[in-house]
Amino acid sequence: MPNRSDGKGLEIIEDDFDAVVNDWIEMQKDEGIQRTDLFSETEIHEQTRSFLRAFIHGIRAGGSVTDFSLEHKSWQELRDVLDDITRERIGRGVPAGEMAGFVLALKEPVFNRLREHYGKKVDTMLDEIVKFGSVVDELALFTNQQFIIEREQVIERQRDEMLELSTPVVELWERVLTIPLIGTLDSVRAQEVMENLLEAIVRHRAEVAIVDITGVQTVDTQVAQHLLRTAAAVRLMGAECIISGVSPKIAQTIVQLGVDVGDVTTRSSIRTALVHAFETVGYTITRRGGEAEQFV
Amino acid sequence: MTVPGGRLVATVKLSTDRDVARARQAVSRAFDDLKARAIRKTRFVTAVSEIARNAVTHGRGGEMSIFVHDRPPGVSVICSDNGPGIENTEQAMSDGFSTGRSMGKGLGGARRLADTFELVSSPGSGTVVRMSGTA
Repeated sequence: MPNRSDGKGLEIIEDDFDAVVNDWIEMQKDEGIQRTDLFSETEIHEQTRSFLRAFIHGIRAGGSVTDFSLEHKSWQELRDVLDDITRERIGRGVPAGEMAGFVLALKEPVFNRLREHYGKKVDTMLDEIVKFGSVVDELALFTNQQFIIEREQVIERQRDEMLELSTPVVELWERVLTIPLIGTLDSVRAQEVMENLLEAIVRHRAEVAIVDITGVQTVDTQVAQHLLRTAAAVRLMGAECIISGVSPKIAQTIVQLGVDVGDVTTRSSIRTALVHAFETVGYTITRRGGEAEQFV
Repeated sequence: MTVPGGRLVATVKLSTDRDVARARQAVSRAFDDLKARAIRKTRFVTAVSEIARNAVTHGRGGEMSIFVHDRPPGVSVICSDNGPGIENTEQAMSDGFSTGRSMGKGLGGARRLADTFELVSSPGSGTVVRMSGTA
């Protein structure tokens, strides 16, 4: 049995379980946070019931309402249930504010019952309301924290996925690879580019690697340095590196920066880079029934 | 802080590589609003990139304020960092001088890419760079 001296709020939840569940759900409906568009009636009932059940179990396991601390081991089940509900709700697109609202809506049904029970004994009633209210607040705070943690994980995951996505090595032709770069080339990405490219060179026995920077907006000294280092590493692997997609404005900027590209092969477009690559690996393109196409 | 005739459009905190990208984007937007030529934009955004990265890697982070000017149309920035300051600013701006493993062309490059460039620094007081680029 729960510790009955530990608050009337708890007693009410246990004795009047089904009615509290119904009132709580009504309350969620009133506040416009029930989201019948995202959850079925049964699911909402199940979430609400399992939450209250875990609360009662927590008390039975020795959890204290007076010195409420969700960290305590007796609240393990409640934490798990809250965690599940939060995750479930985020998964279906419930915003953070509504998540806390779901928990906070428990206050009114219990407060109403406390008022009925104590009537004129205002002091005791207030004590009970403050005690129970602070427990609900802490639970709401917990769901919010879970929400933020969950979101951060999503952001982190997307960042990693973008990092991976941004460095695909494509085989253009036998022994000819290209890696189209897009967006920002910071040190982390530059490292990825280098590793992916060098591995692909071994795998495809490539002789030419075209690093295309058409999609890179800014080439500052750091980006230039990363590109030149990549080119040097490619050369050490016995392949030739061509940096393509050097626009007139990027070319001028690099010169003004005073960056020396040395003897790295560069081309203004991936098309001209490909022509150069074909020459290197010994292919010519001819139009059917015509003369060999002339390339600049 | 105000710049004569300038309108503050953004302030970017600088502490990571990502913030450098944010500074570039903010300046890039300012140039787009002025319908500037692509080459003007690329030049100044590159200069901003160098200065912002310096603040992050050598200056223990800092802040960049971005101003838009109408007459003549252009953008100016003030970048201040929390670093140890630079003892010999002329040496720091000369090409090939680097305290790290970088090329050592960032400061000099930025000075060449911007239309006006001013660097104020002394040991112990951090570094402030003001520069502008016309649209």
